[in-house]
Amino acid sequence: MPHDNDLKIEDFHIANLKGLAEKRSKLVHTFGALAELGHEVASRSNFQETIRTSLHLILGSLGIMRGGVARYSRFEHELNMLAVRGLGDSFPLSLELCYEDERQFLTNGLAAIEVSQAAVLPFFQVYGRTFDDTRLELFLPLVIRDETVGAIFLGEKATGEPYTTYDKEIVCAMGRHIGSAIAQRNLLSEIECRSDENRKLYDDLKMTYADTVKAFAAAIDCKDKYTEGHSVRVGKYSEIIGQELGWNAEEVEGAAVAGYLHDVGKLTVERKIINAPYRINAKESAELNKHPAVGFEILAPIHHPYADVPLAAKYHHERLDGHGYPDGLYDRQIPYIAKVVNLADSFDAMTTDRPYRRRRPANEVFEDLQRNAGKQFAPEIVSAFFRGILNELNGETKEKKFRKLLGREYMEAEGLAVSLRNSLNAMTPTSNLTMISTARSA
Amino acid sequence: MSTEAVSLSPAGVKTAVVYADDYLNKLTGEKIERECKLRLEEGCTELVVDLSQTEIVNSIGVSILLGVIDVASNAGAKVVFSEVNENTVELFEMLGVNRHAAIVNRG
Ligand SMILES: [Fe+2]
Ligand SMILES: [Fe+2]
Repeated sequence: MPHDNDLKIEDFHIANLKGLAEKRSKLVHTFGALAELGHEVASRSNFQETIRTSLHLILGSLGIMRGGVARYSRFEHELNMLAVRGLGDSFPLSLELCYEDERQFLTNGLAAIEVSQAAVLPFFQVYGRTFDDTRLELFLPLVIRDETVGAIFLGEKATGEPYTTYDKEIVCAMGRHIGSAIAQRNLLSEIECRSDENRKLYDDLKMTYADTVKAFAAAIDCKDKYTEGHSVRVGKYSEIIGQELGWNAEEVEGAAVAGYLHDVGKLTVERKIINAPYRINAKESAELNKHPAVGFEILAPIHHPYADVPLAAKYHHERLDGHGYPDGLYDRQIPYIAKVVNLADSFDAMTTDRPYRRRRPANEVFEDLQRNAGKQFAPEIVSAFFRGILNELNGETKEKKFRKLLGREYMEAEGLAVSLRNSLNAMTPTSNLTMISTARSA
Repeated sequence: MSTEAVSLSPAGVKTAVVYADDYLNKLTGEKIERECKLRLEEGCTELVVDLSQTEIVNSIGVSILLGVIDVASNAGAKVVFSEVNENTVELFEMLGVNRHAAIVNRG
């Protein structure tokens, strides 16, 4: 026999107008709540707020005194309460499920379970007392697409009557909305977690790559006892130039790597040629001059996170005027990164002692660079490099990179800042002249 | 929403009147809930929720009012809903709210 409150089509034939009106307004009220719940879930507002509102809507639609919504963690096998009303302080914030509970809930699907009838399940044995104390009557496992994502706990109805089939259907319909909201949230967290993992993995890979590059640089430098640390310094100078050219972090890292690896081809050149304590002869020179091409062959098959690293190795001895090697390329034919490394490389060669000559004084080196801007070097790269040095000399940089690499004394050569500023102005188009001199003399 | 001065009847019943807005939803409802809890903490033994301005009570409103009733009964206080319109009375009766709080309409 159907329960008194069950809504059946036949009911509408019964000439109980008051009852009919009441049922109709009950329908309007509950469907209003359902519509609002659907809207709330679809609104993509704050997840916690959505759950709290959903709980209000379920309780208010059927006049239920108390209840809660929980999210299921399948890793911890726990139902964690997301929102509660009227359950009291002693109600646990997380409730454990055992394998049997999980299995039963999945079999049960999204259908309301009467707490008083469920004593056979371990879950209701463990928490039975708590449920009695809080007067819980209905439990709804939120099973969405064959997965338990949460649960709804409901207390007694304000009418004091038991839940009808109609009530349970309403509870299930609302539960489906809430379950979907939780499932959606789970999916989102999983995607966030994955992308976070990917980022970490990428960072790890980058770190491994950076370590490998440094190890390579050390191996290259190790071979040449007179130019110890050359690759590392060229890497650092290239990095500074990249920064001064306004490159982004990735491009600046790429410039540093290109500098670190530019002479990797030297690994195959005979040690006695590299370490010759005299100016090498033509034959030896030809042997040494193979190192850019060999470097390219070594680097090309490797997948670098930065573009152009192999090209930097291949063309770092090319000159704008076409007098460089290996291919005698002209200005625009030379990859930009190779031009950057070329300047860094030349600067280091001039500022370090060689077996057959001492390093040249700073002022002389900068004059030389300026003089060769447009011949060997790209003028804007020379300007960028000068700006980097001037910034440090003017105390505008925190880290004193040049001082560390070249020594305090070298960088304190008399009139260095002034001559650098003059060189910079001489190389800069007139329109920028005033601006630079004002900025630098300030 | 506002609260009238708490009055003390000769019988020692400390009453607070809380006025609800025209539409009882989550925002306004939660304000009433907080107000009621505050009055209960002050030792009120009777809460009068005046619904004379309230035209519509939706499900969220019902949930909040049931919450007020629950908190009050735990504190040993009773709740009275006053000046409730016809539709809301019908809703309260249908959902059993009237079993837990008196509905008093003077008009
Ligand atoms: Fe080289
Ligand atoms: Fe080099």
